[in-house]
Amino acid sequence: MEYKDYYQILGVSRDATQDEIKRAYRRLARKYHPDVSKEPDAEARFKEVNEAYEVLKDPEKRAAYDQLGANWQAGQEFRPPPGWDQGFEFHGDFGGGDFSDFFEALFGRGGFGGFGRRARREFHARGQDTHARILIDLEDAYHGATRTVTLKHTELGDDGRPRVVERTLNVQIPKGIRQGQQIRLAGQGAPGIGRGEPGDLYLEVAFKPHPFYKVEGKDVYLDLPVAPWEAALGAVVKVPTPAGLVDLKIPAGSRGGRKLRLKGRGIPARQPGDFYVVLQIALPPADDERSREAYRTFAAAFPSFNPRSSLGV
Amino acid sequence: MARELLPLAKGQLLDEELELSLGELCRACHMELEELEEWLAEGVVEPLPGGGRRFAAISVRRVQRARRLRDDLGLNAAGAALVLDLLEEIEWLRQRLARFEG
Repeated sequence: MEYKDYYQILGVSRDATQDEIKRAYRRLARKYHPDVSKEPDAEARFKEVNEAYEVLKDPEKRAAYDQLGANWQAGQEFRPPPGWDQGFEFHGDFGGGDFSDFFEALFGRGGFGGFGRRARREFHARGQDTHARILIDLEDAYHGATRTVTLKHTELGDDGRPRVVERTLNVQIPKGIRQGQQIRLAGQGAPGIGRGEPGDLYLEVAFKPHPFYKVEGKDVYLDLPVAPWEAALGAVVKVPTPAGLVDLKIPAGSRGGRKLRLKGRGIPARQPGDFYVVLQIALPPADDERSREAYRTFAAAFPSFNPRSSLGV
Repeated sequence: MARELLPLAKGQLLDEELELSLGELCRACHMELEELEEWLAEGVVEPLPGGGRRFAAISVRRVQRARRLRDDLGLNAAGAALVLDLLEEIEWLRQRLARFEG
């Protein structure tokens, strides 16, 4: 097991006051709270910060931890010295649960939340609800899909030690689902205690980034490259949408950046979103004499055209 | 390796269209009625228009997040409502930004 430097985790010195510790904890908890943070490892950091605070906020636990000495390095292989905790008494149950091996070696398994909580005799309670995020393809929201989801959780093994368990679920992704919505799977959360019912599992969906579709709420955007003559003269072009190809009429005289709306072709729902095509003028390369000559002819046809007239130059 | 055949878990989509009563919302979020009524008054969660006490199922996520913000960061109802509004705005701005950054 690895030594954890709780002072380093909270970014405070070993002689920090309880107030300093609390302030540092509050700041980091806000920074890494999984509902607020966009840091990729927010959840792990949040747990770590909570564990550090669980120890350092409590003068009894802090004193016991300090007694290990200041010479340990974070990550160093750690074994508690025999009898290190004699003379210390710990109170209370630990709030958050799910702490590291290091914590449990020092302070015991106070509050092991979630899965695998040891059942007390004749004690029944509903299992906790659990939450997970899953990434789906935008196309799944158009057609509905079945996706295999692998979830990890911690539970107590037969030897009483926590271990990570994987389980796989086959989940139906309903048509019309959008980023931020949840799928509730009744009874798929943490097992109940005693004869208590299991909790529910909430899957929050987000879309995988798509190479060309961008999603805003239930609307979907596509940047569509068009040739200058298609924009100027009008054309009918094939456009991909997550529901398949459509023929789109580009009106004559379109400028770059023009937004064309395909009503109701966004994410399906009772009131479906819209699909927007944003025109991007693509210039053919002038990489041989023939194409350079074409550009020169083009320029000669517009002797008074000044693309920068709005800038006053 | 033999692939085991998994049963298909069919969930319930908590979206804008599914409606919940106040009691159902309480149960889904493990909250006491009184507490949720206080949150309603603070605007943590809004009932559907029409004067009744019906809620879009998407509210479940908002209430669950508000609960975590309260439990983990010590926010009160008004603070949690403000944070949730700001988070929703940030999510929307991030989506817009992703559109322009390509």
